[in-house]
Amino acid sequence: MTGTMTDKLRSSDAVTSTLQWGAQQVPQESVSEGAAFWGLLSRDLLITLRHRSDLANPLFFLLMVVSLFPLGVSPDPGTLAMIAPGVLWIAALLSTLLAVDTLFLHDFEDGTLEQLLLSPSSLYLMVLAKVLAHWLVTGLPVALLAPVLGVMLNLSGESLWVLMASLILGTPVLSLVSAIGAALVVGIRRGGMIVSLIALPLHVPVLIFGTGAVQAASDGLAYSGHLSILAALLALSFTLAPLAVAAALRISLGS
Amino acid sequence: MSNIVWDKVKLYYHRLGSPRYFYDISARFLPWFIAAAVLLLGSGLTLSLLFAPQDYQQGHSFRIMYIHVPAASLALSIYLMMAVSGAIGLIWKMKVADIVAKVCAPVGASFTFIALVTGAIWGKPTWGTWWIWDARLTSMLILLFLYLGVIALHSAMTDRQSAAKSTALLSLVGVVNLPIIKYSVNWWNTLHQPASFKLTEKPAMPEDMWVPLLVMMAGFYALLAVMIIMRTRCEIIDRERRSRWVKALVSGENTR
Repeated sequence: MTGTMTDKLRSSDAVTSTLQWGAQQVPQESVSEGAAFWGLLSRDLLITLRHRSDLANPLFFLLMVVSLFPLGVSPDPGTLAMIAPGVLWIAALLSTLLAVDTLFLHDFEDGTLEQLLLSPSSLYLMVLAKVLAHWLVTGLPVALLAPVLGVMLNLSGESLWVLMASLILGTPVLSLVSAIGAALVVGIRRGGMIVSLIALPLHVPVLIFGTGAVQAASDGLAYSGHLSILAALLALSFTLAPLAVAAALRISLGS
Repeated sequence: MSNIVWDKVKLYYHRLGSPRYFYDISARFLPWFIAAAVLLLGSGLTLSLLFAPQDYQQGHSFRIMYIHVPAASLALSIYLMMAVSGAIGLIWKMKVADIVAKVCAPVGASFTFIALVTGAIWGKPTWGTWWIWDARLTSMLILLFLYLGVIALHSAMTDRQSAAKSTALLSLVGVVNLPIIKYSVNWWNTLHQPASFKLTEKPAMPEDMWVPLLVMMAGFYALLAVMIIMRTRCEIIDRERRSRWVKALVSGENTR
C-alpha cells in the first residue's frame, strides 16, 4: 500500500519537489519520548523559577493558614498537638488546590497546550511531566516545610518524620487528582471554584490516611499500614490519573 | 443463529440511542412503570407501616428503614447508572445516553440526601446522635459531594456536547468511591450495621419484616425508572425542539 503510494508520488515531479522543499524547511527529527518528557519538565520548572512568587505563594499560604489555628482554636499545646495532623494536612491540601488552578491555564492561553496535544509524543507522558513539575514546586516544598510547622503546633519526635513521609507520598496524589479537575475546566471562565468542588471529594481518602498515619505515630501506634495505603493510592493515581487528565484535555480542547 | 440474535440486540441497542425512537418507545413503557411504582409503593408502605411487627428494641422507629434502605441503595445504583451511560455516550456518542447521564445527577443527589436525612432522623432516637463520622455515613456524604460536583461541572459548561463528555469522565473517575461506600461497613468496624440483604444468605430479620422491605426496594426502583424516563423525555423534547418531529408533536399533527 505505502509502496504504491510512494511510487505514485514519485511519478509526479512537482509533488516530489514539493516534498523535498517541505523536508528542507521542516527537518523531520524524531524526538524520543524520554527527551520530550525531560524537555517539558525542565521547561515548566524553568518557567516557575522565573516567576519566583509562584514558588513562594503556596508556602506563604500554608504558613498563614497553619498560624490561624492557634489564634482561632486555642494556643494550648495539648490541643494543638491533637489537631496538628489534620490542620497541616488540610492546609497542604488547600494550597495544592489553589495552585493547581493554573496548571494548564497559561499553556491553554498561549496555545502551548494545543501543540502538546498535536505532538506525536504520548500525551500520558506529557501530562505526567507537567504534573511532576507542578508537584516539585508546590507539593514537595510543602512536605519539606511541614515538619517546621509541626514543631510550631507542638508535634514532636517521630510524628514529624511521619508527617513529612505522609505528605511526600500523599501530595503527588493530590496533584494528580486535582489535575483531572484542572483539565476538565481549562476552557471555562472562573473554573477555580469548580476545580475545588469536583476534586475535593476525591481527595478525602488521601486526607484520611495521611492524617491517620500522623495521628497513629503521635499516639505511639504502628503507622506503616497508613503509609502503605498512601503508597498504594500513589501507585494507582500515578498509573491511571494521567490517562484521565489526557482524556479530559482532549475533551476540553474539543479534539 | 446466535449471530442473528446478536445483530438484533445491536440494532435495538443503537436504535435506543436515537432520541425520537426512545421518545416513542418510552411512551409505551412508561404507564407500566407508573403502575408498578404505585402498586409496589402502595402495598409496600401498607405492609411496612401497618403489618410489619415492632422491633423488640427500637419499637416503631425502625420503620424509617423502609425508606432509608431503598433510598441509599438507589443513591449508589444511580451513580453507577450515570457513569455507565456516560461511558456509553463517550464510546458510541449516543444522544440519549448523554441525556440519561445528565438527568441521573439531580435524581441521585436527591436520593442520597433522603438517605442521609432519614438516617439522621433514625439515628437520633437509636444511637442518640444525629450524625457520627463513621465510614458509611462519611462515604455517603462524599457521594453527595460527587453528585454536586457533577452537577456544578455540567452547569458551568455552556457547550452541551463537551459538558456531556466532561461530566461523563468525571463520573467515571468518581466510580472508585462506590466500592468504598458499599464495603465500608464490612471493612471498618462502624456504628452502621452491615447490609440488610445478601445474595448468599437469608436475612437476619423475620420474614414479615424483610418482605415489605423487598417490596419497597422494588417500588423505589420502579419509581426511579419513572423519574428517569419522564426527565429524559422532557430533556429530549427540549433539545430536539428545532427538529421537525417535535414541532409536529407540539402542534398536534400526526406525521406517520
